[in-house]
Amino acid sequence: MIKVTGLTKDYGARRAISNVSFDAEQGEIVGFLGPNGAGKTTTMRILAGYMPPTDGEALVAGYDVVSESLEVRKRVGYLPETVPLYTDMTVFDYLKFMAELRHLPNMEDRVDEAIEMVGLEDRAMGFIGNLSKGMRQRVGLAQALLHRPEVLILDEPTIGLDPSQVVDVRNLIRNIGKERTVLLSTHILSEAQNICDRVLIINKGRIVTEDTPENLQARLVGSERVILRVRGEADELTTLVGKVKGVENVELKPDGTIEFDFAPGKDLRPEVARTVIKEGYDLLELRPVGMSLEEIFLELTGADAKNK
Amino acid sequence: MRNIWTIAKREYDHYFASPIAYAVAFTIFLVLGIIFALNIFYYIQNSFQSFGSAPDVGPITGAFTFMLVLSVPALTMRLVSDEHRMGTMELMLTAPVRDSEFIIGKWLGGFLFILTLIVVSLVYPIILNNLVTPGIDQRVMLSAYLGLILISASFLSIGVGVSAVFSNQIASFFVTMIIFVFLWWLVGFPAGMVPVGGNVFSYLDMKTHFYDSLNIGVINLGDLVYYISLTALGLFTGTTAVEMRRWR
Repeated sequence: MIKVTGLTKDYGARRAISNVSFDAEQGEIVGFLGPNGAGKTTTMRILAGYMPPTDGEALVAGYDVVSESLEVRKRVGYLPETVPLYTDMTVFDYLKFMAELRHLPNMEDRVDEAIEMVGLEDRAMGFIGNLSKGMRQRVGLAQALLHRPEVLILDEPTIGLDPSQVVDVRNLIRNIGKERTVLLSTHILSEAQNICDRVLIINKGRIVTEDTPENLQARLVGSERVILRVRGEADELTTLVGKVKGVENVELKPDGTIEFDFAPGKDLRPEVARTVIKEGYDLLELRPVGMSLEEIFLELTGADAKNK
Repeated sequence: MRNIWTIAKREYDHYFASPIAYAVAFTIFLVLGIIFALNIFYYIQNSFQSFGSAPDVGPITGAFTFMLVLSVPALTMRLVSDEHRMGTMELMLTAPVRDSEFIIGKWLGGFLFILTLIVVSLVYPIILNNLVTPGIDQRVMLSAYLGLILISASFLSIGVGVSAVFSNQIASFFVTMIIFVFLWWLVGFPAGMVPVGGNVFSYLDMKTHFYDSLNIGVINLGDLVYYISLTALGLFTGTTAVEMRRWR
């Protein structure tokens, strides 16, 4: 659905993105993750047909974003980061105007449908200028969904929403992502972890890495680390746990917990638990400490900074 | 075509919600009303002298064009500039709308607004027609109104073209005004002074294509071509400005 090869964009002398390549299939939610100024918005603007790249090629829904820009724009729903809206129009009039520009059939029904999807029924006749940031965000989302696009490009879709709205919008995106292609950008790592099938980490205009959120974690950690907590002193237990086959790097932490590693895929927690019980300790806690995307992200972008 | 109409309709509606449009309409009709009344008083006072001439719409349409010079910059300044400022340009440029359709739609919205004012101003010739026996010269009226419509079209296209270049409304206003002042007054001056090429300056002079021909009932193809070319040039400039913003 989206096929990007060697995309490069210069703003004057400054290179915003450099040789960006990736794919996104139908029914896939791809997350663009990166710090501010990494090139997320630039890439999305190019894909939405807002501006042409300096170099490289991008196909969206099978059409070239430069030579067949109008065809691309017909098939893409785009929510820009700034959520531009005509504040002097009512929600309904604004969406109807956008529906007219898209030549939609049964325009008013489609507008109602979009308003319902984002849950703005009670504000449909209100002026956009009077809406809160979160509600405007939802109007922008309704605009992007209006024509049931094959590809949805959402630049920071949950920014400015309150926590319950964030959950709603994430569910909405997840549902849409079942059939369509969704490309969304975020700098909230848990969000990418939560809703994306695949994450592209972008920093300083380059894609640093690309994988599923789970693989990213596994790849970076290389092994799985587990925290073990028992009642009472655990000094002796530390050596005993170390004797379990496959367990490595056993450490006794100052707070009395034990941490240890094992190779990913071979869950040794049952063996460790048996050992603990057999030795007469009361097992209180035994849980994995997965590296969060946050840490992965810092590691990747930080490592990148060190190389330069 | 459909997109042009959609955009034009939004702009047209927008004028009726904006104070600037009402201020412009009020001022235009105030000035036209005063001129109309003075014109009639003048003929009443001098009627016994029998000039062999009857009053016509010339003073009304003439004053209207002058009012356009002053008011069109205020009507066009926000058309595209405001989209830049509000960021809605990103919305328009990612909607399936051609850059030219966007610009022509903006122009058409403004043009229809002026056209509405022009239609309202028809009350003056209608009143005049009832006052004068055997009525006013209808051909002069048609020609003068045709001129008024063409001038509106070219003024608005220049205004839209300038508005597409600047993201600041005030800058759009002044640059549009300067271009009008140049084309309406300044460009005619050198015509009689330079040894060669004087006819180039007088050709560029906007008012000679109106006051010396259309407003007195003379329809020249050359004058029509002049105004239509100017309109096309303004719209082309606007479209190019939008396209260039994409590449920046």
